[in-house]
Amino acid sequence: MNTAPAIAPQPDKIEVQSLDYFYGTEQALFGVSMDIPDKQVTAIIGPSGCGKSTLIKAINRIGEISNDIRIHGDVRLDGASVYGKSVNLVELRRRVGMVFQKPNPFPKSILENVLFGPKLHGVKDRDRLEEIAETSLHKAALWNEVKDKLNKSAMELSGGQQQRLCIARALAVDPEVLLMDEPCSALDPIGTARIEETIEVLKDQYCIVIVTHNMQQAARVSQSTAFFMKGKIIEYDDTEKIFTTPAEKLTEDYITGRFG
Amino acid sequence: MEPLVQKTLVTGSAEAKSSSRSPVSTGGGLRQYHGRQRLREGLIHAFLAVNGYLAIFLIALIFLFLFKEGFQALKTVQPLQWIGHKTLDFDGREVFRFIWQPLSSTPKYSLMPLLSGSFLVALPATLLSTVIGIGCGVYLAELASPRVRELLKPVVELLAGIPTVVIGFLALSVLASVVQSVFHTQFRLNAFVGALGVSLVIIPVIASMTEDALRAVPNELREASYGLGATRWETLSRVILPAGISGISASILLGMGRALGETMIVLMATGNAAVFTADIFSSVRTMTATIAAELGSAAQGSEVYYALFFVGSVLFTLTFLINLVSEIVVERMRRRLRL
Repeated sequence: MNTAPAIAPQPDKIEVQSLDYFYGTEQALFGVSMDIPDKQVTAIIGPSGCGKSTLIKAINRIGEISNDIRIHGDVRLDGASVYGKSVNLVELRRRVGMVFQKPNPFPKSILENVLFGPKLHGVKDRDRLEEIAETSLHKAALWNEVKDKLNKSAMELSGGQQQRLCIARALAVDPEVLLMDEPCSALDPIGTARIEETIEVLKDQYCIVIVTHNMQQAARVSQSTAFFMKGKIIEYDDTEKIFTTPAEKLTEDYITGRFG
Repeated sequence: MEPLVQKTLVTGSAEAKSSSRSPVSTGGGLRQYHGRQRLREGLIHAFLAVNGYLAIFLIALIFLFLFKEGFQALKTVQPLQWIGHKTLDFDGREVFRFIWQPLSSTPKYSLMPLLSGSFLVALPATLLSTVIGIGCGVYLAELASPRVRELLKPVVELLAGIPTVVIGFLALSVLASVVQSVFHTQFRLNAFVGALGVSLVIIPVIASMTEDALRAVPNELREASYGLGATRWETLSRVILPAGISGISASILLGMGRALGETMIVLMATGNAAVFTADIFSSVRTMTATIAAELGSAAQGSEVYYALFFVGSVLFTLTFLINLVSEIVVERMRRRLRL
């Protein structure tokens, strides 16, 4: 028997604490609490309008740029509230990167896209910028496809390549958390497979939270899964457990395709 | 009534949907209705198509007429005469003068004073309107709260709807006095006063087109920028403005086209002296004002008459080119953003 002390469990990267989230007067999240561990993939599934996207947009506070929002409860990153008065949104969003539903590269060159963030945060050294571009594109598994056309417009890439460019762009600012809001919903199966491979590689280095419509995808890429419905968290457990022996009837009905 | 309609719908399929107006029997009536419907669809199509082509037809007609008449002037007026004429000064030396005097005993047709007048009004007006218009458009599109925008946008559009004669009146009576007391100008009515007046017409054009261009920038780009930790100003200057730059440039060009074509305000506010000058505080006379002021008294078919048409042709070509460039610029932006 191995008597070595059990490895101390990784402290949770993100803690969502009884979060109520309102768009104007409409409530989108109801008392959601969930602790999201570091260095793994956490999937959020559920039917449309269940608050999946709202939840991850609450983590980097991007939900409030075009909406009038109000919250109760809290979201903590490494134990510190992201909704505190003294929070620097620029710093928060540098630490919590995001990949969106639709690939949204800037209408600039591939290189300019990747280096947008680093330049924003004051990296000026040319060698350093080059290095960042290369590593980020490598991490997003795009380097080999674009290394000869870094100065071409990002709009000329395919949808899947654009999405991986967006991942590279998010990684270029060296984030700790990567939020992915249905990153494959606009892609074909091949593009989707490439993104999933990328996620697989990245999960050891980042805390990844992925919202997905596709249950097989959640089963394939994640270690934990949360099932949401009508703004409430129904069940949150190991992915394997959720997809084999869910505790809740609703979860079972959803993953077996009885609704949703 | 209700059940009947229902029945028709079921038996007569969706095509008979509008049949509730006239009672229709099923079966043979369906075929009859089909014919009538096709006729109606055809008539509507034809009516709309005619209207669509009418615009092209009218432009072609104006184009033809203007150039046909303008061309007549080239038969009697030499090319060099459009630029200026040689004459002797008081010391008996030969000099080249740029004078527009079509009604003098030896008519002089230099376009230079008219061109300089037009641009001396249009360029400062465009410059001023660009600064104010873009500022206004950016504020409307990116910064103003929905409440403020709802109030401000109609007001800006209202400004575009003020009759130019009213603005001309304002420029002539109020602006001119203000300008004179501030800049101590020699002439009360001058190019600068005209430019200020014309700005009032172009600012709303540039502002609303800038706003449209910025609103056409997909929201996803804003999210991407904020998501990477950009501030509001960084997002605006590095993402939104570059993405909308073509639309904004187009609005400036279109505004300049409007400025060159503007007639009533400049006729009232610039003093109407056809002087070849670069002094913005000098009285000037634009191409438009020249045509408006002189064509009415020119005998049809006379040399002056044709010369004025030639001026019109030049003006038309200039504004046409400017509009063309602005169209191309907008098209380029659309392609770049894949809108």
